[in-house]
Amino acid sequence: MTYIVDRRLNSKNKSTVNRQRFLERYRQHIKKAVSEAIDKRSITDIHSGEKISIPAKDIGEPIFHHGQGGKKVRVLPGNRDFVTGDQIKRPEGGGGSGNGKGAGNSGEGMDDFAFNITQEEFLNFMFEDLALPNLVKRHLAGNTEFKLHRAGIANEGTPGKINIVRSLRAANARRIALTGGKRRRLKELEARAEALANATHPDELAKLNEIQAEIAELRKKIQRVPWLDDFDLKYNLHVKHPVPRSRAVMFCIMDVSGSMDQATKDIAKRFFLLLYLFLQRNYEHTEVVFIRHHTSAKEVDEEEFFYSRETGGTIVSSALKLTDEIISERYPAEQWNIYAAQASDGDNWNDDSTICYKVLSERLMPKLQYFSYIEITSRDHQALWSSYEKVLEDFPQTFAMRQLVSASDIFPVFRQLFQKKVA
Amino acid sequence: MTRAASPISTTSEWSFELVQAYDRAIGQIAEEYGLDTYPNQIEIISSEQMMDAYASVGMPIGYSHWSYGKQFLNVQQSYNRGQMGLAYEIVINSNPCIAYLMEENTMMMQALVIAHACYGHNSFFKGNYLFRAWTDASSIIDYLVFAKQYIAQCEEKYGVEAVEAILDSCHAIMNYGVDRYKRPYPISTQEEQLRQKEREEYLQRQINDLWRTIPVDDQDKKQKKTARFPEEPQENLLYFIEKKAPLLEPWQREIVRIVRKIAQYFYPQRQTQVMNEGWATFWHYTLINTLYDRGLVTEGFMLEFMQSHTSVIYQPSYDSPYYNGINPYTLGFSIFTDLKRICENPTEEDKRWFPDIAGSNWLETLDFAMRNFKDESFILQFLSPKVMRDLKLFCILDDDHNPTIDVTAIHDDDGYKAVRESLSAQYNLGNREPNIQIFEVDVRGDRSITLHHQQFNRQPLDEGSAEEVLKHIHRLWGFDVHLHSLRDNEIVESFRCPDPNAEDH
Repeated sequence: MTYIVDRRLNSKNKSTVNRQRFLERYRQHIKKAVSEAIDKRSITDIHSGEKISIPAKDIGEPIFHHGQGGKKVRVLPGNRDFVTGDQIKRPEGGGGSGNGKGAGNSGEGMDDFAFNITQEEFLNFMFEDLALPNLVKRHLAGNTEFKLHRAGIANEGTPGKINIVRSLRAANARRIALTGGKRRRLKELEARAEALANATHPDELAKLNEIQAEIAELRKKIQRVPWLDDFDLKYNLHVKHPVPRSRAVMFCIMDVSGSMDQATKDIAKRFFLLLYLFLQRNYEHTEVVFIRHHTSAKEVDEEEFFYSRETGGTIVSSALKLTDEIISERYPAEQWNIYAAQASDGDNWNDDSTICYKVLSERLMPKLQYFSYIEITSRDHQALWSSYEKVLEDFPQTFAMRQLVSASDIFPVFRQLFQKKVA
Repeated sequence: MTRAASPISTTSEWSFELVQAYDRAIGQIAEEYGLDTYPNQIEIISSEQMMDAYASVGMPIGYSHWSYGKQFLNVQQSYNRGQMGLAYEIVINSNPCIAYLMEENTMMMQALVIAHACYGHNSFFKGNYLFRAWTDASSIIDYLVFAKQYIAQCEEKYGVEAVEAILDSCHAIMNYGVDRYKRPYPISTQEEQLRQKEREEYLQRQINDLWRTIPVDDQDKKQKKTARFPEEPQENLLYFIEKKAPLLEPWQREIVRIVRKIAQYFYPQRQTQVMNEGWATFWHYTLINTLYDRGLVTEGFMLEFMQSHTSVIYQPSYDSPYYNGINPYTLGFSIFTDLKRICENPTEEDKRWFPDIAGSNWLETLDFAMRNFKDESFILQFLSPKVMRDLKLFCILDDDHNPTIDVTAIHDDDGYKAVRESLSAQYNLGNREPNIQIFEVDVRGDRSITLHHQQFNRQPLDEGSAEEVLKHIHRLWGFDVHLHSLRDNEIVESFRCPDPNAEDH
């Protein structure tokens, strides 16, 4: 007797729970691997999954087993030229010939336990306990998306939305209202007819006939009241409500003057990328604006932003002014969450730094959710840094600045910037 | 045999009708050979589901634990890398016997799995004495359901972490959770739930009794001192802990019990790997060949079959980079096949070695062998000189007192007996696992528990893992744990948890 069962459609993720438990248990290891991975990765695949390895000794499930030593007898297959009594030299490096069962669990030859996590999990670990600092997400009415909400019952509508129960209830009520009087009269007459049922007197018979005629008339009238009338029909009413959406725009501002080399730009790019991924997780809709500048600023696409190179001096304020213009043109501050990240090597025309301070604190900062400035340099700070420090004093909540030296600083700095603050 | 004209199928695509047709044909032949099986339940699953099944070590319903997640990641990893084909079958010792077929398999593979699992393993589960005595096929699914529910409830009540800690500790000594001599008897889920309640209350009373501290006068004390508790050393660590550990909560005891029960369920499998796989392989080989003899399968089918079969029974030699121990499929298949040959065409040598079975009815002899042995005794009884020659088995002695490793016996007339005995001993669970028993509990003192490890052939315990396991035992027992490693009744090494040297901070 055999039953054949097709189980292919059953859920296939029976192990999901166990997998989650495992990840939870080795959270520390995985987090470490993730932050290491971010530094090592090439920029383009930062949002794919990641291979994690955990040292086998940390992950083992211990059981009692034999260690090295003692007397061991083993039977092995595939003898070619041994005869009884042969003495074989012990192989170098312990182990013993043909590592037996026990030896596999001990000492050497332990590989790391390696496995993959998905992109989603990778990002979760990456951005764990990070938050957009001190900012309430603004929920705004976008103009494209609507959601239908029920809004009671209406007398008009499309056939698809007929509410049957309400319609029939209305019909019933109408029928009762229209026929109530007649029914009462009918009942009365029927009672009288009943009383006269056994009558023999001609007067009474005549009266009975009269009554019966009236009864017939009444019944007809009652019949004529329609079962369902047009105006009985009730329809479910749905109204459109605009869906509040959270939208963010991120301005990437980078100095592309001659002093910024490709390595510095790479570091900047990684930082921007992290910020972008982070925003994307927090907002349903994220736009990015790339602004590059040397002596004058220009809005460009991503490709140009990162890879084309220009030379020249540096005027930072040009980029800040352009940002401000774009904000007033396209991203009204009451509708958008606006973030800006600026990367630079700190070079600026000296007298420009004060302009930067002005533009930032007077025009930009009030509109921004957050402005982060990273200076990628190993040299001493210049005028730009000190004027930004003044901005920091004015806007300690929404302004942040950090110095980066090498790629491995990126993630720690990023974490510092967005560390979840205990409320 | 006459060959019928029409094969069941000619393409490698499978369909439910075809699976059914093959199953019927194979089942019929199996019946002619007298294989006695549980009803079969064949489940078609996808490869992801196969990985799930793998991860839960072949239990169709398992409680949640991180180690299964680890196992799953491991399987998934090597599968995705293409390092490992999924084994094409998993079969569960239950009634009905559940076998999984993977949807990616070809028709030939499905037929092979049906023959291997649904008739080979299935008849072994039903016939072998260990399985008959130790596991109850009809109640295992019920029990697993109970276990899963119970553990999930505990997680809700006491938190995942607490439950996980207990499970970790139990898993560490799972191999010491088996009564080797007492036969447990099976019960249903409802009964189990009912009895679990009673057990809980009763047990807690018992424990309290054992640890009751009534003041005793000195004389009494001296008398008691002579009586050791437990009187006999206990081999079933989990059982002892379940019943006697002083500090466990009732629910924790129940979890210990669940792990112990599952250990018991797997115990026969661990002891009959060679036989079980050998038997199943022998039968898929025989059944499929019979199908071919009757013209029910095509030559192309057979070619594909032979290729799979050959790779299943491939045995790399000891010095090959692929060598990973003796392949149980090869060893078991060779012994059963040779047993059949000895019955049908005995040589002079066979008559000397197997006077009782040479020339007997092979079906009866194989059936007898399948029913009444475990790996150890099976090899000792039936490993023939021809198989030793074919596999070129030889025996080495690795003694750390000698400067060299000695070849003590090879596959020749002088060596057959020795090779056979050594190989048999190699499959004795008692030799493979350190022999550790509970020796004493200091009932009236510090309540510490003392374990003894009897060294076998002077083989020491692996220190690192022993210390780790002791920590787990300590968690379960709640008081100090001592472990003495004994050679000829002399303590040569001692472990202790908590480690007194590490207590400084």
